[in-house]
Amino acid sequence: MFPARDWREYPHRYRLEAYKCKKCGTIVFPRRLVCPECGHREFEMEILPDTGKVLTYTVIRVAPSQFSDEAPYALAIAELTNGVKLTAQLVDCEVDDIKVGMEVRIEFRRVQTDSHHGVLSYAYKFVPKWY
Amino acid sequence: MREVAVVGAGMTAFGEIWDKSLRDLFVEAALAAIDNSGVDKVDYMTIGCMSGGLFVGQEHLGSLMADYLGIKNLPAARVETACASGGLALRHAFAEVASGMSDIVIAGGVEKMTDISGDGATFALATAADQEYEVYHGATFPGLYALMAVAHMEKYGTTREMLSAVSVKNHNNGSMNPFAQYPFKVTADQVASSVMVADPLRILDCSPITDGAAAVVVTTVEIAKKLGKPYIKVLGSGHATDKIALHSRHDITTLQATEVAAKKALEMAGKKIKDIDFAEVHDCFTIAEIVVSESLGIFEKGKGGEAALKGETALDGSFPINPSGGLKSKGHPVGATGIAQIVEIYKQLTGQAEGDRQLKNSPKLALAQNMGGSGGSTLVHIMEVA
Repeated sequence: MFPARDWREYPHRYRLEAYKCKKCGTIVFPRRLVCPECGHREFEMEILPDTGKVLTYTVIRVAPSQFSDEAPYALAIAELTNGVKLTAQLVDCEVDDIKVGMEVRIEFRRVQTDSHHGVLSYAYKFVPKWY
Repeated sequence: MREVAVVGAGMTAFGEIWDKSLRDLFVEAALAAIDNSGVDKVDYMTIGCMSGGLFVGQEHLGSLMADYLGIKNLPAARVETACASGGLALRHAFAEVASGMSDIVIAGGVEKMTDISGDGATFALATAADQEYEVYHGATFPGLYALMAVAHMEKYGTTREMLSAVSVKNHNNGSMNPFAQYPFKVTADQVASSVMVADPLRILDCSPITDGAAAVVVTTVEIAKKLGKPYIKVLGSGHATDKIALHSRHDITTLQATEVAAKKALEMAGKKIKDIDFAEVHDCFTIAEIVVSESLGIFEKGKGGEAALKGETALDGSFPINPSGGLKSKGHPVGATGIAQIVEIYKQLTGQAEGDRQLKNSPKLALAQNMGGSGGSTLVHIMEVA
Protein backbone atom coordinates (compact mmCIF):
# COMPACT_ATOMS: atom_id res chain seq x y z
CA MET A 1 0.00 0.00 0.00
CA PHE A 2 1.14 3.56 -0.64
CA PRO A 3 2.75 4.87 2.59
CA ALA A 4 0.46 7.93 2.88
CA ARG A 5 -2.60 5.70 2.89
CA ASP A 6 -1.34 3.86 5.95
CA TRP A 7 -0.12 7.08 7.61
CA ARG A 8 -3.56 8.69 7.34
CA GLU A 9 -4.96 5.91 9.51
CA TYR A 10 -2.44 6.28 12.37
CA PRO A 11 -4.87 8.14 14.67
CA HIS A 12 -7.28 5.18 14.53
CA ARG A 13 -4.89 2.29 14.15
CA TYR A 14 -2.08 3.43 16.46
CA ARG A 15 -3.87 5.52 19.04
CA LEU A 16 -7.46 4.19 18.94
CA GLU A 17 -8.84 7.71 18.61
CA ALA A 18 -12.63 7.67 18.49
CA TYR A 19 -14.98 10.65 18.39
CA LYS A 20 -18.00 11.34 20.59
CA CYS A 21 -20.87 13.36 19.14
CA LYS A 22 -21.32 16.52 21.20
CA LYS A 23 -25.08 16.38 20.73
CA CYS A 24 -26.25 12.77 21.12
CA GLY A 25 -23.16 11.10 22.61
CA THR A 26 -22.77 8.49 19.87
CA ILE A 27 -19.15 7.36 19.62
CA VAL A 28 -17.84 6.85 16.10
CA PHE A 29 -14.74 4.94 15.10
CA PRO A 30 -13.06 5.87 12.83
CA ARG A 31 -13.59 9.62 12.65
CA ARG A 32 -16.52 10.95 10.62
CA LEU A 33 -17.63 14.45 9.73
CA VAL A 34 -21.31 13.76 10.43
CA CYS A 35 -22.89 11.80 13.28
CA PRO A 36 -24.69 8.80 11.70
CA GLU A 37 -27.36 8.89 14.43
CA CYS A 38 -28.31 12.58 14.74
CA GLY A 39 -26.57 14.42 11.89
CA HIS A 40 -24.60 16.70 14.25
CA ARG A 41 -21.16 17.79 13.04
CA GLU A 42 -19.22 18.49 16.23
CA PHE A 43 -17.31 15.78 18.07
CA GLU A 44 -14.77 15.48 20.86
CA MET A 45 -11.93 12.99 20.73
CA GLU A 46 -12.08 10.04 23.08
CA ILE A 47 -9.73 7.06 23.27
CA LEU A 48 -11.39 3.67 22.86
CA PRO A 49 -11.44 1.33 25.87
CA ASP A 50 -9.24 -1.71 25.31
CA THR A 51 -11.64 -4.45 26.37
CA GLY A 52 -14.83 -5.92 25.01
CA LYS A 53 -16.54 -9.17 24.05
CA VAL A 54 -16.87 -11.18 20.85
CA LEU A 55 -20.21 -10.70 19.07
CA THR A 56 -19.42 -13.01 16.17
CA TYR A 57 -16.36 -14.59 14.58
CA THR A 58 -15.15 -16.74 11.72
CA VAL A 59 -11.99 -18.57 10.75
CA ILE A 60 -10.63 -17.45 7.39
CA ARG A 61 -9.17 -20.51 5.66
CA VAL A 62 -8.98 -19.15 2.13
CA ALA A 63 -7.08 -15.90 2.64
CA PRO A 64 -6.06 -12.96 0.44
CA SER A 65 -2.39 -13.22 -0.64
CA GLN A 66 -1.05 -10.73 1.93
CA PHE A 67 -2.52 -12.92 4.71
CA SER A 68 -1.86 -16.35 3.20
CA ASP A 69 1.06 -17.07 5.56
CA GLU A 70 -1.25 -16.55 8.52
CA ALA A 71 -4.22 -18.66 7.37
CA PRO A 72 -6.17 -20.09 9.01
CA TYR A 73 -6.79 -17.06 11.21
CA ALA A 74 -9.76 -15.92 13.24
CA LEU A 75 -11.58 -12.70 12.44
CA ALA A 76 -14.09 -11.28 14.90
CA ILE A 77 -16.46 -8.41 15.51
CA ALA A 78 -16.20 -7.35 19.14
CA GLU A 79 -18.23 -4.82 21.07
CA LEU A 80 -16.05 -2.71 23.35
CA THR A 81 -17.18 -1.64 26.81
CA ASN A 82 -18.33 1.75 25.45
CA GLY A 83 -20.53 0.11 22.80
CA VAL A 84 -18.25 0.68 19.80
CA LYS A 85 -18.03 -2.37 17.51
CA LEU A 86 -15.06 -3.19 15.32
CA THR A 87 -13.63 -5.93 13.14
CA ALA A 88 -10.15 -7.33 13.74
CA GLN A 89 -8.21 -10.56 13.91
CA LEU A 90 -8.45 -12.56 17.13
CA VAL A 91 -5.04 -14.01 17.91
CA ASP A 92 -3.03 -15.79 20.62
CA CYS A 93 -5.58 -18.55 21.09
CA GLU A 94 -6.64 -21.77 19.39
CA VAL A 95 -9.43 -21.13 16.89
CA ASP A 96 -11.42 -23.98 18.46
CA ASP A 97 -11.43 -22.15 21.80
CA ILE A 98 -13.17 -19.05 20.42
CA LYS A 99 -16.76 -18.51 21.50
CA VAL A 100 -19.37 -15.81 21.04
CA GLY A 101 -19.38 -13.75 24.22
CA MET A 102 -15.74 -14.39 25.16
CA GLU A 103 -13.92 -11.41 26.62
CA VAL A 104 -11.12 -9.87 24.60
CA ARG A 105 -8.54 -7.15 24.92
CA ILE A 106 -7.13 -4.92 22.17
CA GLU A 107 -3.39 -5.14 21.50
CA PHE A 108 -1.16 -3.31 19.07
CA ARG A 109 0.17 -5.72 16.44
CA ARG A 110 1.59 -5.91 12.95
CA VAL A 111 -1.29 -6.52 10.54
CA GLN A 112 0.25 -6.44 7.08
CA THR A 113 3.64 -6.50 5.42
CA ASP A 114 3.60 -4.85 2.04
CA SER A 115 6.75 -5.91 0.26
CA HIS A 116 6.02 -3.74 -2.77
CA HIS A 117 6.24 -0.43 -0.92
CA GLY A 118 8.12 -1.86 2.05
CA VAL A 119 5.43 -0.71 4.45
CA LEU A 120 4.96 -2.60 7.70
CA SER A 121 1.43 -1.81 8.73
CA TYR A 122 0.41 -1.92 12.39
CA ALA A 123 -2.98 -1.73 14.01
CA TYR A 124 -5.15 -3.40 16.64
CA LYS A 125 -5.92 -7.08 17.05
CA PHE A 126 -8.01 -8.83 19.67
CA VAL A 127 -6.47 -11.27 22.15
CA PRO A 128 -8.30 -13.27 24.84
CA LYS A 129 -8.68 -11.13 27.96
CA TRP A 130 -7.14 -13.78 30.19
CA TYR A 131 -3.97 -13.85 28.12
CA MET B 1 -45.38 7.91 -14.52
CA ARG B 2 -45.85 5.71 -17.56
CA GLU B 3 -46.49 1.99 -17.07
CA VAL B 4 -43.26 0.04 -17.64
CA ALA B 5 -42.76 -3.37 -19.24
CA VAL B 6 -39.98 -5.87 -19.91
CA VAL B 7 -40.54 -7.15 -23.43
CA GLY B 8 -37.50 -9.24 -24.24
CA ALA B 9 -34.80 -11.03 -22.30
CA GLY B 10 -31.55 -12.75 -23.12
CA MET B 11 -28.43 -14.07 -21.45
CA THR B 12 -25.23 -15.87 -22.25
CA ALA B 13 -24.38 -19.23 -20.77
CA PHE B 14 -22.83 -18.63 -17.33
CA GLY B 15 -19.49 -20.22 -16.49
CA GLU B 16 -15.81 -20.07 -17.21
CA ILE B 17 -16.18 -18.78 -20.76
CA TRP B 18 -12.58 -18.62 -21.98
CA ASP B 19 -13.42 -17.94 -25.62
CA LYS B 20 -15.49 -14.80 -24.94
CA SER B 21 -14.34 -11.38 -23.74
CA LEU B 22 -16.17 -8.77 -21.66
CA ARG B 23 -17.51 -7.09 -24.80
CA ASP B 24 -18.39 -10.40 -26.52
CA LEU B 25 -20.46 -11.48 -23.54
CA PHE B 26 -22.35 -8.22 -23.21
CA VAL B 27 -23.13 -7.84 -26.90
CA GLU B 28 -24.30 -11.46 -27.13
CA ALA B 29 -26.80 -10.94 -24.29
CA ALA B 30 -27.96 -7.54 -25.59
CA LEU B 31 -28.55 -8.92 -29.09
CA ALA B 32 -30.48 -11.86 -27.66
CA ALA B 33 -32.72 -9.45 -25.74
CA ILE B 34 -33.22 -7.17 -28.75
CA ASP B 35 -34.05 -10.08 -31.07
CA ASN B 36 -36.35 -11.60 -28.47
CA SER B 37 -38.27 -8.32 -28.08
CA GLY B 38 -38.68 -7.41 -31.74
CA VAL B 39 -37.78 -3.73 -31.18
CA ASP B 40 -36.25 -1.92 -34.17
CA LYS B 41 -34.59 0.92 -32.24
CA VAL B 42 -32.99 1.59 -28.86
CA ASP B 43 -33.00 4.99 -27.12
CA TYR B 44 -30.77 4.34 -24.12
CA MET B 45 -28.65 1.65 -22.48
CA THR B 46 -27.64 1.04 -18.86
CA ILE B 47 -24.91 -1.47 -18.10
CA GLY B 48 -24.49 -2.99 -14.66
CA CYS B 49 -20.86 -3.98 -14.07
CA MET B 50 -19.12 -4.09 -10.73
CA SER B 51 -15.54 -3.72 -11.84
CA GLY B 52 -14.47 -3.98 -15.45
CA GLY B 53 -11.48 -2.00 -14.23
CA LEU B 54 -10.20 -4.56 -11.74
CA PHE B 55 -11.28 -7.71 -13.57
CA VAL B 56 -10.03 -6.87 -17.07
CA GLY B 57 -8.67 -3.31 -16.88
CA GLN B 58 -11.59 -1.89 -18.86
CA GLU B 59 -13.74 1.05 -17.78
CA HIS B 60 -15.90 3.33 -19.94
CA LEU B 61 -18.28 0.52 -20.80
CA GLY B 62 -20.98 2.88 -22.12
CA SER B 63 -18.88 3.79 -25.12
CA LEU B 64 -17.41 0.32 -25.62
CA MET B 65 -20.68 -1.59 -25.53
CA ALA B 66 -22.67 0.90 -27.66
CA ASP B 67 -19.83 0.77 -30.19
CA TYR B 68 -19.71 -3.03 -30.36
CA LEU B 69 -23.48 -3.27 -30.35
CA GLY B 70 -23.33 -1.20 -33.53
CA ILE B 71 -25.76 1.52 -32.46
CA LYS B 72 -24.31 4.90 -33.42
CA ASN B 73 -24.25 7.60 -30.74
CA LEU B 74 -26.44 5.55 -28.39
CA PRO B 75 -26.47 7.19 -24.95
CA ALA B 76 -25.09 4.47 -22.69
CA ALA B 77 -23.47 4.29 -19.28
CA ARG B 78 -22.18 1.79 -16.77
CA VAL B 79 -23.82 1.91 -13.34
CA GLU B 80 -22.40 0.39 -10.18
CA THR B 81 -23.57 -0.73 -6.74
CA ALA B 82 -21.13 -3.66 -6.39
CA CYS B 83 -22.94 -7.00 -6.86
CA ALA B 84 -26.25 -5.11 -7.13
CA SER B 85 -25.14 -3.27 -10.29
CA GLY B 86 -27.51 -5.30 -12.48
CA GLY B 87 -30.51 -4.39 -10.33
CA LEU B 88 -29.43 -0.76 -10.49
CA ALA B 89 -29.26 -0.94 -14.30
CA LEU B 90 -32.90 -2.08 -14.32
CA ARG B 91 -33.91 0.74 -11.95
CA HIS B 92 -32.26 3.35 -14.17
CA ALA B 93 -33.96 1.87 -17.24
CA PHE B 94 -37.28 1.90 -15.35
CA ALA B 95 -36.81 5.58 -14.48
CA GLU B 96 -35.86 6.47 -18.09
CA VAL B 97 -39.01 4.83 -19.44
CA ALA B 98 -41.43 5.76 -16.65
CA SER B 99 -40.42 9.42 -16.83
CA GLY B 100 -40.79 9.62 -20.60
CA MET B 101 -37.11 10.41 -21.17
CA SER B 102 -36.73 7.30 -23.35
CA ASP B 103 -39.14 4.81 -24.93
CA ILE B 104 -36.92 1.77 -25.40
CA VAL B 105 -34.00 1.02 -23.07
CA ILE B 106 -31.64 -1.92 -22.80
CA ALA B 107 -30.85 -2.80 -19.18
CA GLY B 108 -27.90 -5.14 -19.19
CA GLY B 109 -25.30 -6.52 -16.85
CA VAL B 110 -21.94 -8.16 -17.39
CA GLU B 111 -18.87 -9.41 -15.55
CA LYS B 112 -15.76 -11.13 -16.87
CA MET B 113 -14.19 -12.64 -13.76
CA THR B 114 -11.94 -15.46 -14.93
CA ASP B 115 -9.30 -13.45 -16.79
CA ILE B 116 -7.48 -12.94 -13.48
CA SER B 117 -6.30 -15.27 -10.73
CA GLY B 118 -8.56 -16.32 -7.87
CA ASP B 119 -6.56 -13.99 -5.64
CA GLY B 120 -7.15 -11.09 -8.02
CA ALA B 121 -10.87 -11.86 -8.06
CA THR B 122 -10.94 -12.03 -4.24
CA PHE B 123 -9.32 -8.57 -4.15
CA ALA B 124 -11.74 -7.12 -6.71
CA LEU B 125 -14.78 -8.50 -4.88
CA ALA B 126 -13.49 -7.30 -1.51
CA THR B 127 -13.60 -3.71 -2.77
CA ALA B 128 -17.34 -3.89 -2.04
CA ALA B 129 -16.53 -4.06 1.70
CA ASP B 130 -14.94 -1.38 3.90
CA GLN B 131 -11.38 -1.42 2.59
CA GLU B 132 -9.73 0.22 5.64
CA TYR B 133 -11.79 -1.30 8.46
CA GLU B 134 -12.74 -4.78 7.25
CA VAL B 135 -10.56 -5.87 4.31
CA TYR B 136 -7.41 -4.36 5.88
CA HIS B 137 -7.79 -6.74 8.81
CA GLY B 138 -8.07 -9.82 6.58
CA ALA B 139 -11.81 -9.98 5.87
CA THR B 140 -12.99 -11.73 2.71
CA PHE B 141 -16.54 -11.92 1.37
CA PRO B 142 -17.11 -15.48 2.55
CA GLY B 143 -15.68 -14.24 5.86
CA LEU B 144 -18.17 -11.38 6.20
CA TYR B 145 -21.14 -13.64 5.46
CA ALA B 146 -19.67 -16.19 7.86
CA LEU B 147 -19.75 -13.49 10.59
CA MET B 148 -23.42 -13.03 9.75
CA ALA B 149 -23.99 -16.81 9.79
CA VAL B 150 -22.42 -17.33 13.23
CA ALA B 151 -24.48 -14.46 14.66
CA HIS B 152 -27.67 -15.87 13.09
CA MET B 153 -26.93 -19.38 14.39
CA GLU B 154 -26.22 -17.99 17.85
CA LYS B 155 -29.38 -15.85 17.99
CA TYR B 156 -31.89 -18.11 16.24
CA GLY B 157 -30.46 -21.62 16.33
CA THR B 158 -29.96 -21.80 12.57
CA THR B 159 -28.10 -25.04 11.75
CA ARG B 160 -25.70 -26.58 9.24
CA GLU B 161 -28.61 -28.67 7.90
CA MET B 162 -30.56 -25.48 7.14
CA LEU B 163 -27.63 -23.90 5.28
CA SER B 164 -27.12 -27.11 3.32
CA ALA B 165 -30.83 -27.26 2.40
CA VAL B 166 -30.49 -23.93 0.54
CA SER B 167 -27.57 -25.23 -1.53
CA VAL B 168 -29.28 -28.56 -2.28
CA LYS B 169 -32.48 -26.81 -3.38
CA ASN B 170 -30.71 -24.26 -5.60
CA HIS B 171 -28.54 -26.91 -7.26
CA ASN B 172 -31.67 -28.97 -7.89
CA ASN B 173 -33.34 -26.00 -9.62
CA GLY B 174 -30.16 -25.08 -11.50
CA SER B 175 -29.79 -28.66 -12.79
CA MET B 176 -32.76 -27.81 -15.05
CA ASN B 177 -31.31 -24.48 -16.26
CA PRO B 178 -29.37 -24.82 -19.54
CA PHE B 179 -27.61 -21.49 -18.82
CA ALA B 180 -26.31 -22.52 -15.38
CA GLN B 181 -22.61 -22.76 -14.55
CA TYR B 182 -23.08 -25.77 -12.25
CA PRO B 183 -26.18 -27.57 -13.55
CA PHE B 184 -25.88 -30.57 -11.25
CA LYS B 185 -27.48 -31.71 -8.03
CA VAL B 186 -25.67 -31.94 -4.71
CA THR B 187 -26.64 -33.78 -1.53
CA ALA B 188 -26.77 -32.35 1.97
CA ASP B 189 -23.87 -34.64 2.91
CA GLN B 190 -21.75 -33.31 0.04
CA VAL B 191 -22.42 -29.73 1.16
CA ALA B 192 -21.68 -30.52 4.80
CA SER B 193 -18.39 -32.25 3.96
CA SER B 194 -17.13 -29.83 1.31
CA VAL B 195 -13.99 -27.76 1.96
CA MET B 196 -14.26 -25.10 4.66
CA VAL B 197 -13.75 -21.53 3.33
CA ALA B 198 -14.67 -19.37 6.33
CA ASP B 199 -16.28 -21.20 9.24
CA PRO B 200 -19.10 -22.20 9.09
CA LEU B 201 -19.32 -21.57 5.34
CA ARG B 202 -18.01 -24.31 3.07
CA ILE B 203 -17.31 -24.16 -0.64
CA LEU B 204 -20.79 -25.55 -1.44
CA ASP B 205 -22.32 -22.68 0.57
CA CYS B 206 -20.62 -20.16 -1.76
CA SER B 207 -21.60 -18.86 -5.18
CA PRO B 208 -18.84 -19.28 -7.77
CA ILE B 209 -16.67 -16.92 -9.82
CA THR B 210 -18.38 -16.61 -13.17
CA ASP B 211 -18.24 -15.00 -16.61
CA GLY B 212 -21.55 -13.97 -18.11
CA ALA B 213 -23.97 -11.31 -19.24
CA ALA B 214 -27.72 -10.77 -19.27
CA ALA B 215 -29.97 -8.13 -20.80
CA VAL B 216 -33.63 -7.13 -20.95
CA VAL B 217 -35.50 -4.64 -23.11
CA VAL B 218 -37.47 -2.14 -21.03
CA THR B 219 -40.25 -0.10 -22.61
CA THR B 220 -43.78 1.16 -21.94
CA VAL B 221 -46.69 -1.26 -21.60
CA GLU B 222 -48.26 0.55 -24.55
CA ILE B 223 -45.28 -0.10 -26.86
CA ALA B 224 -44.93 -3.67 -25.55
CA LYS B 225 -48.54 -4.39 -26.56
CA LYS B 226 -47.89 -3.12 -30.09
CA LEU B 227 -44.79 -5.30 -30.44
CA GLY B 228 -46.99 -8.35 -30.01
CA LYS B 229 -44.36 -10.32 -28.06
CA PRO B 230 -44.75 -11.74 -24.54
CA TYR B 231 -44.09 -9.04 -21.93
CA ILE B 232 -44.32 -8.54 -18.18
CA LYS B 233 -45.05 -5.37 -16.20
CA VAL B 234 -42.59 -3.77 -13.80
CA LEU B 235 -44.84 -2.55 -10.99
CA GLY B 236 -42.34 -1.29 -8.46
CA SER B 237 -38.70 -0.46 -7.86
CA GLY B 238 -37.03 -0.04 -4.47
CA HIS B 239 -33.45 0.90 -3.69
CA ALA B 240 -31.76 1.39 -0.32
CA THR B 241 -28.33 1.43 1.27
CA ASP B 242 -27.05 0.35 4.66
CA LYS B 243 -23.79 1.04 6.49
CA ILE B 244 -20.96 -0.46 4.45
CA ALA B 245 -19.18 -2.20 7.33
CA LEU B 246 -21.01 -5.08 8.95
CA HIS B 247 -19.77 -4.08 12.42
CA SER B 248 -21.37 -0.61 12.13
CA ARG B 249 -24.89 -2.04 11.93
CA HIS B 250 -27.16 -2.36 14.94
CA ASP B 251 -28.16 -5.94 14.04
CA ILE B 252 -26.12 -8.12 11.70
CA THR B 253 -28.71 -10.91 11.66
CA THR B 254 -30.99 -8.83 9.44
CA LEU B 255 -30.45 -6.84 6.23
CA GLN B 256 -31.94 -3.40 6.67
CA ALA B 257 -31.35 -2.22 3.09
CA THR B 258 -33.33 -5.25 1.89
CA GLU B 259 -36.17 -4.47 4.31
CA VAL B 260 -36.36 -0.84 3.17
CA ALA B 261 -35.96 -1.51 -0.56
CA ALA B 262 -38.66 -4.21 -0.42
CA LYS B 263 -41.04 -1.91 1.44
CA LYS B 264 -40.55 0.83 -1.16
CA ALA B 265 -40.96 -1.53 -4.13
CA LEU B 266 -44.08 -3.18 -2.68
CA GLU B 267 -45.62 0.21 -1.84
CA MET B 268 -45.02 1.46 -5.37
CA ALA B 269 -46.55 -1.75 -6.73
CA GLY B 270 -49.51 -1.55 -4.33
CA LYS B 271 -48.82 -5.12 -3.20
CA LYS B 272 -47.99 -7.03 -0.03
CA ILE B 273 -45.28 -9.65 0.32
CA LYS B 274 -47.94 -12.36 0.77
CA ASP B 275 -49.28 -11.49 -2.71
CA ILE B 276 -45.97 -12.53 -4.31
CA ASP B 277 -45.87 -15.99 -5.92
CA PHE B 278 -42.08 -16.50 -6.07
CA ALA B 279 -38.78 -14.63 -5.77
CA GLU B 280 -35.31 -14.56 -7.23
CA VAL B 281 -32.99 -13.47 -4.40
CA HIS B 282 -29.29 -12.82 -3.90
CA ASP B 283 -27.94 -16.12 -2.51
CA CYS B 284 -24.26 -15.26 -2.83
CA PHE B 285 -23.93 -17.55 0.22
CA THR B 286 -26.49 -19.96 1.68
CA ILE B 287 -26.86 -17.81 4.80
CA ALA B 288 -27.64 -14.81 2.57
CA GLU B 289 -30.74 -16.52 1.13
CA ILE B 290 -31.95 -17.34 4.64
CA VAL B 291 -31.46 -13.81 6.00
CA VAL B 292 -32.89 -12.22 2.84
CA SER B 293 -36.02 -14.41 3.02
CA GLU B 294 -36.56 -13.05 6.55
CA SER B 295 -35.69 -9.43 5.73
CA LEU B 296 -38.15 -9.47 2.83
CA GLY B 297 -40.82 -10.60 5.30
CA ILE B 298 -41.48 -13.92 3.51
CA PHE B 299 -40.69 -15.70 6.78
CA GLU B 300 -40.48 -14.47 10.37
CA LYS B 301 -37.11 -13.42 11.73
CA GLY B 302 -35.16 -16.55 12.60
CA LYS B 303 -37.48 -18.88 10.65
CA GLY B 304 -35.85 -18.67 7.21
CA GLY B 305 -33.54 -21.63 7.78
CA GLU B 306 -36.32 -23.86 9.04
CA ALA B 307 -38.48 -22.90 6.03
CA ALA B 308 -35.68 -23.89 3.64
CA LEU B 309 -35.20 -27.21 5.46
CA LYS B 310 -38.94 -27.98 5.28
CA GLY B 311 -38.99 -27.40 1.51
CA GLU B 312 -41.15 -24.27 1.65
CA THR B 313 -38.80 -22.51 -0.79
CA ALA B 314 -38.60 -25.43 -3.26
CA LEU B 315 -40.26 -25.28 -6.70
CA ASP B 316 -43.37 -26.93 -5.24
CA GLY B 317 -43.17 -25.17 -1.87
CA SER B 318 -45.41 -22.45 -0.45
CA PHE B 319 -43.00 -19.70 -1.60
CA PRO B 320 -40.50 -20.83 -4.26
CA ILE B 321 -37.15 -19.00 -4.08
CA ASN B 322 -34.59 -19.02 -6.87
CA PRO B 323 -36.22 -21.33 -9.42
CA SER B 324 -33.30 -20.39 -11.72
CA GLY B 325 -30.83 -22.15 -9.42
CA GLY B 326 -29.82 -18.86 -7.86
CA LEU B 327 -26.33 -17.48 -7.72
CA LYS B 328 -25.21 -20.76 -6.16
CA SER B 329 -25.89 -23.04 -9.13
CA LYS B 330 -26.57 -20.68 -12.03
CA GLY B 331 -23.39 -18.70 -11.29
CA HIS B 332 -22.66 -15.16 -10.14
CA PRO B 333 -21.05 -12.85 -12.72
CA VAL B 334 -21.56 -10.03 -10.24
CA GLY B 335 -22.69 -7.18 -12.51
CA ALA B 336 -24.93 -9.50 -14.55
CA THR B 337 -26.68 -11.19 -11.63
CA GLY B 338 -29.40 -8.58 -11.05
CA ILE B 339 -30.46 -8.74 -14.69
CA ALA B 340 -30.20 -12.54 -14.87
CA GLN B 341 -32.79 -12.58 -12.05
CA ILE B 342 -35.11 -10.53 -14.27
CA VAL B 343 -34.47 -12.89 -17.20
CA GLU B 344 -35.65 -15.79 -15.00
CA ILE B 345 -38.72 -13.88 -13.83
CA TYR B 346 -39.54 -12.96 -17.45
CA LYS B 347 -39.32 -16.63 -18.43
CA GLN B 348 -41.36 -17.84 -15.45
CA LEU B 349 -44.13 -15.25 -15.83
CA THR B 350 -44.41 -15.85 -19.58
CA GLY B 351 -44.31 -19.64 -19.18
CA GLN B 352 -40.99 -20.04 -20.97
CA ALA B 353 -38.72 -21.49 -18.25
CA GLU B 354 -36.85 -24.51 -19.55
CA GLY B 355 -37.53 -28.02 -18.29
CA ASP B 356 -39.33 -28.88 -15.11
CA ARG B 357 -38.29 -25.72 -13.31
CA GLN B 358 -41.26 -23.84 -14.84
CA LEU B 359 -43.46 -23.13 -11.82
CA LYS B 360 -46.89 -24.75 -11.84
CA ASN B 361 -50.17 -22.89 -11.27
CA SER B 362 -49.21 -19.95 -13.53
CA PRO B 363 -47.36 -17.54 -11.22
CA LYS B 364 -48.62 -13.96 -11.53
CA LEU B 365 -46.42 -11.82 -9.33
CA ALA B 366 -42.68 -12.05 -8.69
CA LEU B 367 -40.01 -10.23 -6.69
CA ALA B 368 -36.31 -9.79 -7.49
CA GLN B 369 -33.84 -8.88 -4.72
CA ASN B 370 -30.24 -8.06 -5.67
CA MET B 371 -27.67 -6.87 -3.13
CA GLY B 372 -24.16 -5.50 -3.11
CA GLY B 373 -21.39 -6.05 -0.57
CA SER B 374 -22.52 -7.54 2.73
CA GLY B 375 -25.91 -5.89 2.12
CA GLY B 376 -24.74 -2.29 1.86
CA SER B 377 -26.83 -1.80 -1.30
CA THR B 378 -30.08 -3.50 -2.25
CA LEU B 379 -32.41 -3.26 -5.24
CA VAL B 380 -35.86 -4.84 -5.19
CA HIS B 381 -38.23 -5.02 -8.16
CA ILE B 382 -41.79 -6.31 -8.40
CA MET B 383 -43.04 -7.78 -11.68
CA GLU B 384 -46.45 -8.96 -12.83
CA VAL B 385 -47.80 -10.97 -15.76
CA ALA B 386 -49.25 -8.86 -18.57
